[in-house]
Amino acid sequence: MIDGVIALYIFMLAAFTGYEVISRVPVILHTPLMSGSNFVHGIVLVGAMVALGAADTPLLRVIGFIGVILAAGNAVGGYVVTERMLKMFVSAGKNAAGKKQGH
Amino acid sequence: MNTLNAQTMTQLSYLVAAALFILGLKRMSSPVTAVSGVRWAGAGMVLATLVTLAFMTPTLNMALVVAAILTGGAIAWVSGKRVAMTDMPQMIALYNGMGGGAAAAIAAIALYRGNEHSFAHLTLAIIGGFIGAVSFSGSLIAFAKLQGLITKSVRFSGQKAMNLAILVIVLILGCTVICGVKSELPLVSLFFAFSLILGVAMTLPIGGADMPVVISLYNALTGLAVSFEGFVLDNAAMIIAGMVVGAAGTLLTQLMAKAMNRSLGNVLFANFGESSGASTGTMAGSQKPIEASDAGVMMAFSQKVIVVPGYGLAVAQGQHKVWELCQLLIEHGVLVKFAIHPVAGRMPGHMNVLLAEAGVPYDLISDLDEINAEFDTADVALIIGANDVVNPDARTNKASPIFGMPILSADKAKNVIVIKRGQGQGFSGIDNALFGLDQTRMLYGDAQAAVGQLIQAVKAAG
Repeated sequence: MIDGVIALYIFMLAAFTGYEVISRVPVILHTPLMSGSNFVHGIVLVGAMVALGAADTPLLRVIGFIGVILAAGNAVGGYVVTERMLKMFVSAGKNAAGKKQGH
Repeated sequence: MNTLNAQTMTQLSYLVAAALFILGLKRMSSPVTAVSGVRWAGAGMVLATLVTLAFMTPTLNMALVVAAILTGGAIAWVSGKRVAMTDMPQMIALYNGMGGGAAAAIAAIALYRGNEHSFAHLTLAIIGGFIGAVSFSGSLIAFAKLQGLITKSVRFSGQKAMNLAILVIVLILGCTVICGVKSELPLVSLFFAFSLILGVAMTLPIGGADMPVVISLYNALTGLAVSFEGFVLDNAAMIIAGMVVGAAGTLLTQLMAKAMNRSLGNVLFANFGESSGASTGTMAGSQKPIEASDAGVMMAFSQKVIVVPGYGLAVAQGQHKVWELCQLLIEHGVLVKFAIHPVAGRMPGHMNVLLAEAGVPYDLISDLDEINAEFDTADVALIIGANDVVNPDARTNKASPIFGMPILSADKAKNVIVIKRGQGQGFSGIDNALFGLDQTRMLYGDAQAAVGQLIQAVKAAG
């Protein structure tokens, strides 16, 4: 059981962490980064799994089932598009090397 | 003892996952380590999911969990692999909305069950549920707008008053649920219904141009909702990851709004998005056309060319052609750079993604602060599908609606070549003073075709 005050500390420290991690990001990575942070809150999946696991009426099962589908979509979709975008970022040196291999 | 072990194992795996998320986000802050960053975060996600699954009691519910993961995951996997890079913003909106919806579903289950919740738990379940539901329905509207499914921005007088009224109703319902009226099914249902309506009503009047800021805001909100529901479920991974995203998303939203010279309040409540009808630009001089052959020769014999791409280029799918042109110029010994305005694409950084897709190395791409001092030394600034972001009125003309917006100083270059479809105004309907300058030449035509002609011209120049 996470105590109320302890939770406040966790909220605060996590907020500072998020702020610090992002504040050093160059503009060129803003879109992939928004996508990446979108993927990270896909952790809601584990919560949705636990919630559906504890559901004990048909109504709650339906809500939980939809919840897990949505959460899985968030996590998987967020990962796929973020990775696709980031994979395309290459430096001039790497680009030339990649082309040589291709031919 | 056995259950204690399971508890400890789960909590430890969540701790590792949270650490991987933070490290992953940090690695995503540099292009060199970015791909490994998302993979670290992905490993954290897989770990947390597998451990959670492993310690579930094998019942009907567990089968449902597996079925739901496979269904949602498969749909998202296929759509995520297929989506075009130009459509990325709305896809992010969609996935983000799903996360918000999941958080709202968790809140709904906790509230419908209604047993043994403390005041703090109930309050955060309600707030998280509210934010999640707003983010869910709002993101769906944002998706529909950017996808072109909704083309009109619905606006009517008294709209703000109506939204405020909905918000008040949601607040009253929420407080009633918190204050001890437990597991009142109709009340909780009404609470969620009005939260969902508020998300729709809030997002409908916002114009397409402002949508990226809104998507970023909803991303931050979903993070908050996940964090609060994490508290309800005693799940440290959700609390930490959600709050990290909440804070990061808020900062990102502010950065975007600032890059567009708008405050967040302005975006949400002023409905500027596509309604600025007044064209109060200063057009000194006339627009002087140039032939592609002349423009090509001019560039081939330059020392330094700075390319300013805009969203118009991406719409015409001209990125690949532009990179081909630039490679030719580089072979001629020309120094080529790309100048990207923060709002060049549909959201900050979107244009970088589109150029990266065409194979442009990121070290040739500079953002506003880096490149602006370099226009003085550029022989040619090639503007393709960009308009407002190079309008010098933003610096000098106080009457202009975009006054004060940071712009790329393309007007400082010795020659400016503007590729433009026709003589009309830009996206925001504002005249562009750059087009009338003495050193500016207009190359009329479709971006893709015009760049193709330039390639031929540069090749012919030897």
